[in-house]
Amino acid sequence: MAEKVLIPLYENEVAPRFDLATEVLVVHVDRRNDGSPRATEKVVVLSEASPEELCRIIIADGMDAVICSAIEEEYHQYLIWKKVAVFDNVLGPVDKVLSYFLEGRLESGTILYDCPL
Amino acid sequence: MVLGSLGIISGLTEAPLHLAPFLDEIPVGVALIDGQARVRLVNRAYKTLTGFGREEVMGLPCMHALRCRFCTQGCRVLKGLKTFEPMTRETDIINTERQLIPIRLTVAPLLNAEGEPVGFLETVQDMRQVSELSNQASRAYSLGGIVGNSPEMDKLFQMLPGIARTDSSVLITGETGTGKDMLAEVIHQNSDRASGPFVKVNCGALPETLLESELFGHSKGAFTGAVEDKPGRFRMAHGGTLFLTEIGDLPLPLQVKLLSFLDDKVIYPLGSTEGFHADVRVICATHRDLRLMVNERRFREDLLFRLNVVRLHLPPLRERGDDIPMLIKHFLTTYTKRFHKEINGFSAPAKQRLLQYRYPGNVRELRNIVEYAVNFCTEQDIQLHHLPEYLVESPISPMAGDSREEPGAGPRMAPADTSDTWEDLEKRMIMDALLRAGGRKGRAAEILGWGRSTLWRKMKRHGISD
Repeated sequence: MAEKVLIPLYENEVAPRFDLATEVLVVHVDRRNDGSPRATEKVVVLSEASPEELCRIIIADGMDAVICSAIEEEYHQYLIWKKVAVFDNVLGPVDKVLSYFLEGRLESGTILYDCPL
Repeated sequence: MVLGSLGIISGLTEAPLHLAPFLDEIPVGVALIDGQARVRLVNRAYKTLTGFGREEVMGLPCMHALRCRFCTQGCRVLKGLKTFEPMTRETDIINTERQLIPIRLTVAPLLNAEGEPVGFLETVQDMRQVSELSNQASRAYSLGGIVGNSPEMDKLFQMLPGIARTDSSVLITGETGTGKDMLAEVIHQNSDRASGPFVKVNCGALPETLLESELFGHSKGAFTGAVEDKPGRFRMAHGGTLFLTEIGDLPLPLQVKLLSFLDDKVIYPLGSTEGFHADVRVICATHRDLRLMVNERRFREDLLFRLNVVRLHLPPLRERGDDIPMLIKHFLTTYTKRFHKEINGFSAPAKQRLLQYRYPGNVRELRNIVEYAVNFCTEQDIQLHHLPEYLVESPISPMAGDSREEPGAGPRMAPADTSDTWEDLEKRMIMDALLRAGGRKGRAAEILGWGRSTLWRKMKRHGISD
C-alpha cells in the first residue's frame, strides 16, 4: 500500500505556517509485506507562498496526508473535506516528524523539539 | 533587577518576586526569549492568543511558538543579539485553534545588570478590535462582520454598543448559522474588556468530566492523569469574556457550578478548596429553546434567569427580507477578492434561485453557497450550473418569490407547506396579515410591505372580500 505525504518546510523543520511555506517535502511511502515502510523523498520549491496553490497541489497530486504546524481553519476544513488527513500543530525537525509518522505515532499537536531547558 | 534562572526578580523589592505570576497579570502576550532564540517564559495572555502554554513552548525556537508572518520575513532575532534595535511590526499569527489573528509585535533586547544583551522581550498585542474599528467606517450596514439592514438587524445594531458597555451576562439565541459566535465576539470587542481575552468553550463538544476540568481547571493530583495544575477556561478569561456556546448542552451538575460562579464570581478548580476570584463576563449562546428545556427539567430555571439578563435574538435569514441580496453581494465581493476572480455578478436565473431558497442553514449556508459558486465559476457571471447541485435540483420553496418586485417589501412569512402554489401562499399571507391587523387593511398592507392599492388588487384577485 502506497501513501503520499506532504510537509511544508522551513529549512530542515516543519514550516511554522502552512500559508507561508515556499518549500514542501513530498514523501512517497511504500509499505513492504512485513509492514515496514520505505520512504522516497523529494523537495518541491514553490514560486511563491500561496495556501490556495498548496491545496491545489495536494489535491492534484493525490496526497493522502499533510503534516504541518499552523494552518487556517478554512484550508484545514477544505483538505478534510477532500479526504486528506491533516496532522496540524506538529512542531519539530522534519526527519523526526517523518519517522514518528512512519511508526504511526504522529498525531496533531505533537511537539518533537529537544528542549534543552 | 536580575532575572534568575527560575524566573525570580530580585532587587526590585525587599523579597524576591516570582516573574511568572507577575507577567500573568499583563493583558498583552509576553514572551522572554534567550540569545539562541528559544522561549524561556510566556504569560497567560500569550497562551490565550497563541494557544501554547508555558510548559509546551519552554525551549522551543520562538518562531515555532508564535507562528507569526514576520518570523519568516525578516525577523532579526534569529540573526543574534549583536546590534539588535527594538522594533514593532503589524503582522499576524495563526493560533492552535486555526484562527488568523492580526497582532502588533514588539521585540526588544533584554539586558542584564551590566547592560549586556542576554535575550529578547517579545510582546504580542491582539489587534482584532483595532482592525475592526478601522474597517467599520467603510462598511455601512455592518458591525463586526455582521451585515444587514433589515429592521430586525438594525434594531440589533442600535442595541449592541449599549449592551457591550454593560457588564451583564448576555444570552444569544438563534438558529444554527445565524451568527451567534460572531455576535458574542462583537460584544466583547466593543466592551471595556476588549483588551482582555475572549475565550470560547463549546459546552456540547466535551463529555461532562472533561468539560468540568476544561472550564474550572484542576489542581495537581485531583484525578489520575492530573500531573500538573490546569488553570481552566474561566481563569484564562480573567479580565475578559468567557463565551459558552451551546449552553443548552451543559450537563445539569455543571449548570449548578456555573450558577454558583455567576453568584459569587469565584471558581473552585477540581480537587482544590482554594477559590479564585475570576473577573469574567459570561456570554452564552444556544439554538435550543431553553424555556422548553426548563419545562422538561433539562435546564435549571434559576440559571436561565441569571443568564437571561440581556437576551439577543438573531433572526433566521428567511425573516431578514432584503438582507439576502445584500449578503449575496457582500459574500460575492469577499470571495472574488480572496480567490482573485473577476466575476461581475449572478445571472438572472441564478440570482432568482438564490432569492427563492429558504436557507435552513442561514447566513453560513448562504456564505458557503456563494463561496462554492465563486470557486466553480469560470465565466463573468455566475450561472445556475455553478450553484451547488442540491440547490439547483431541489424544488423552489417560494419564500419571498414575486413579492420582491415590490419595493420596500416588509417581513416575509415562510410557508408552512412548500408543496402549495404561490397563489395559495399569497392568499394565506394576506389572510394572516389581515388577522394580525384585526381586519384593518392599511395595517395589513404595512405588515406585508405592500401599498394599499396592491393589497386591494390582490385581495380582489384571490376573492377575499371585505
